Amino acid sequence: MAAAGAAGQEKQLAPTLLSFFIYNPKLGPKEGEEEKKILFYHPNEVEKNEKIRNVGLCEAIVQFTRTFSPTKPAKSLHTQKNRQFFHEPEENFWMVMVVRNPIIEKHKDGKPVYEYQEEELLDKVYSSVLQQCYSMYKLFNGTFLRAMEDGGVKVLKERLEKFFHRYLQTLHLQSCDLLDVFCGISFFPLDKMTYLKIQSFINRMEESLNIVKYTAFLYNDQLIWSGLEQDDMRILYKYLTTSLFPRHMEPELAGRDSPIRAEMPGNLQHYGRFLTGPLNLNDPDTKCRFPKIFVNTDDTYEELHLIVYKAMSAAVCFMIDASIPPTLEFCRKLDSIVGPQLTVLASDICEQYNINKRISGAEKEPQFKFIYFNHMNLAEKSTIHMRKTPSVSLASVHPDLMKILGDINSDFSRGETMDEMQTLQLLQPC
Amino acid sequence: MAAAAGRQPPGPAEGEAPAAGREAGAGGEEGEGRAKGGVEAGGCYLALCARPVHFEKANPVNCVFFDEANKQVFAVRSGGATGVVVKGLEDRNPISFRMEDKGEVKCIKFSLGNKILAVQRTLKSVDFLNFIPDSPQLEYTQECKVLPEKRTLKLLKNQSINVNWYMYCPESSVILLSTTVLGNVLQPFYFKSGTMSKLSKFEIELPAAPKSSKLSLSERDIAMATIYGQLYVLYLRHHSRTSNSTGAEVVLYHLPREGSCKKTHILKLNRTGKFALNVVDNLVVVHHQDTETSVIFDIKLKGEFDGSTTIHQFVLPPRSIQPYQIPVAGPPSVTSQAPVPCKLYSSSWIVFQPDIIISASEGYLWSLQVKLEPVVNLLVDKGKLMDFLLQRKECKMVILSVCSQMLSEPERGSLSVIATVFDKLNNEYKKYLEAEQSYTMVVETGLSRSNPLLKRPVRTQAVIDQSDMYTHVLSVFTEKKEAPHKFTIAVLMEYIRSLNQFQIAVQHYLYELVIKTLVQHNLFYMLHQFLQYHVLSDSKPLACLLLSLESIYPPAHQLSLDMLKRLSTANDEIVEVLLSKHQVLAALRFIRGIGGHDSISARKFLDAAKQAEDEMLFYTIFRFFEQRNQRLRGNPSFTPGEHCEEHVTFFKQVFGEQALMKPTTF
Repeated sequence: MAAAGAAGQEKQLAPTLLSFFIYNPKLGPKEGEEEKKILFYHPNEVEKNEKIRNVGLCEAIVQFTRTFSPTKPAKSLHTQKNRQFFHEPEENFWMVMVVRNPIIEKHKDGKPVYEYQEEELLDKVYSSVLQQCYSMYKLFNGTFLRAMEDGGVKVLKERLEKFFHRYLQTLHLQSCDLLDVFCGISFFPLDKMTYLKIQSFINRMEESLNIVKYTAFLYNDQLIWSGLEQDDMRILYKYLTTSLFPRHMEPELAGRDSPIRAEMPGNLQHYGRFLTGPLNLNDPDTKCRFPKIFVNTDDTYEELHLIVYKAMSAAVCFMIDASIPPTLEFCRKLDSIVGPQLTVLASDICEQYNINKRISGAEKEPQFKFIYFNHMNLAEKSTIHMRKTPSVSLASVHPDLMKILGDINSDFSRGETMDEMQTLQLLQPC
Repeated sequence: MAAAAGRQPPGPAEGEAPAAGREAGAGGEEGEGRAKGGVEAGGCYLALCARPVHFEKANPVNCVFFDEANKQVFAVRSGGATGVVVKGLEDRNPISFRMEDKGEVKCIKFSLGNKILAVQRTLKSVDFLNFIPDSPQLEYTQECKVLPEKRTLKLLKNQSINVNWYMYCPESSVILLSTTVLGNVLQPFYFKSGTMSKLSKFEIELPAAPKSSKLSLSERDIAMATIYGQLYVLYLRHHSRTSNSTGAEVVLYHLPREGSCKKTHILKLNRTGKFALNVVDNLVVVHHQDTETSVIFDIKLKGEFDGSTTIHQFVLPPRSIQPYQIPVAGPPSVTSQAPVPCKLYSSSWIVFQPDIIISASEGYLWSLQVKLEPVVNLLVDKGKLMDFLLQRKECKMVILSVCSQMLSEPERGSLSVIATVFDKLNNEYKKYLEAEQSYTMVVETGLSRSNPLLKRPVRTQAVIDQSDMYTHVLSVFTEKKEAPHKFTIAVLMEYIRSLNQFQIAVQHYLYELVIKTLVQHNLFYMLHQFLQYHVLSDSKPLACLLLSLESIYPPAHQLSLDMLKRLSTANDEIVEVLLSKHQVLAALRFIRGIGGHDSISARKFLDAAKQAEDEMLFYTIFRFFEQRNQRLRGNPSFTPGEHCEEHVTFFKQVFGEQALMKPTTF
């Protein structure tokens, strides 16, 4: 295994993304038109014929395996050098991700020798990563089919290009683990009374800003309330905690008098500010553009503006119907209503949280290392992972152990007798 | 109309009565100043009682007297020779009797309980008559304590003071004497069980420095009344040109049993003219004759505090007393006539404390009442409205209707208003619960004997509990389904939030209402989140409700089991639930976990295992109980009392006789 042997001469190369493509076999069924099937291909520099070849190979594998299992075609293909993951999120739309196996670089007779670690990658982890790619795309762009309806292949290709070009760069395949399989939500522990106060706050805000359709409330990057349905919240939570919040960390950490803070529109009454949308409410020319998100795509298919507003550690997401463009006036109103109340609420939560922490003695190092996941409410908790940084979540245990945990999880889910709740608990390996 | 204290200038038939009983005037200037048109009937929050005391109106041969202590009207015909009729608001049966005409009656009244009649005919003496059954009705006289047995009176105490006038408040047994030249230094005395104690005197601030040394404070401008359990002296301070006040005002002096009298409240009238005062349901009512309207003040409502006194504006816009129809008396043929509207604010009205209005000319005595329904529409600020209503005696149904109203169109209130109202109600509810709790604690610990003053707290109508809210407001509101479900849920959560804030345990039926509403709108994820944060507190009924939701929301099953587990008093239920789902092993593990596996019924588990149609499961369970038998009785076989013969047969059938556990022989 990796740790064995002459450590000084060995170098471990982490798994990397080799290629990522999306195709639809129905778009170019005739010979000679194969290129039309390809909707997105990364890396784009790859020569056309190779793209076509790779897509064709995937198509063939899926077709071939389908003859053995019509309802569950192949999900991954193991080769020595890499592993391919297939996912059909919408009918006939296939997403393929090719990941290079981790390598151990050795030196023999002064020449580098590469040893591919064929069994290192966990199918479930990377299949989940691929599924998340789709969910994230769908959150901001809607379904593939909808794009086709909106403007045919051209529009779909544009959207895919625009989204995945950036998104793929943020995939950190080397640090994916069991948590990616769960894609859970970390809930903020809170006493009943404070929770009810938050409820009351949300209800009143939704009433005052009557165009708000859904609200989500987070504290310390942990969820407290979601008006969105679970599956939509799951991916929005992922976006908020791994992308949006980390990008806004710096000014938050900077003191009130620091130059970064000075650039932000000063408001003496409260600490509220927009994380999406207008930067400066005092500037009449400021743009009130908010990211659009798509939720409930299976039935009502709603398009919404995502307004994320934060005061201290408390963040609220207000989601309003996309047909109503939020004006500067609306943003000012929101700021004036939500800002002061959220500031007070945030300090209430902080105070209550500290009291509870002291009572429960949660400040101590946890006795057991565990990963908890409740599939009913997607609640996730890990004492193995350090606080997530923008890109990576670092496990504090040996990677081998993480792999074993992943294997156990796969074993559990393979058998249909999966328990209602899965708690993997292990003693800290010393 | 009479002045503040209910004193009327001498009428044509009698002279001024110096005795404590005020004479109720006579004659009357009917027809003077017809009711001003356009007085809005809507929103009249004051009304005369529906069943007034009717008496023969005052005329030259019939003198009418009113006794404030017993609230009785005396109609004395021809000095009593042709009959005396006594009627009261409470005692509906009139007392009639005759007495000898010994001259003009100046004042007449009964002792408490109608046992002794006192009649004043001359300035210096009072005549008494015993009304005790089987006691001869002979009169006895005393010049200036009455012992009916001896037919003598006893002098209690003698005080020498120069008195301009006096006023007695029967409710509080306090007499107020006006002293000094100006008359504005008032000396109160308090009577209690035959003793008289002198309270500290105080000075009424006159509006402007009087020009001459003459009596400047009239008893007409003074009244005494108990407001919120405290005695106050009310002084009607007329508008003076020299001061820069915008109109007359009523100044309240708090007169405690101990300590000195202090000026505490000023009620701004913002008008001038003739006024009269009443106190009804702890509200100060000020009638204004010129505009034929009245205003009310509530000293418990917020006012402007200047460091020593609180200045109050009237609570509601001025309104006339509700129009009143006098039923036409007479032969049946005539009664078909339309009832006659009663002239309100008539100059022949005399007002007595606390809530009496007498029309001597028409022969009616009313008590004044405050109507709460009209107030609802006059007080727009719901918070203030609640503050006002919660202090009123008959407030419950009105408050509940206000709550219903603010939850439904067209007058739906905002959530913050609703929150304010809930908080005010629960504040009152909590106060009562706390009082009740500390009372129970004192009683249980046996400390009550050492504290004879301890009384069970009175539950006033202002105590609106969860069951009231559920029955009259919330269940109706949720069932109507006219409001968007978001609002419905927000309201229910707001009520639960408010109860929690006041640390009142929430009843499970409120949670059921929340769950029902969420389930109706398929908001299972919200429900799950509420349960996750224990907003819906654990209880057996709630766990059962969740269990019933399993078919539409499968995770409810586990949520229910978790809740039962947390309750730690529902172990039997958990086993039943698991067995019903054929989770026999889980049930067994659970019962073993809590150490109850030695006492459970083997048959129950074997039944469930057999129903599960899983032979290996059956084998496992069967073996478990064999082992238990071995451990407990030294033999793996079942006793007849366990009724497991059927299962033993089944086991042999499936696994063969040799599979049965052999008894260990040592």
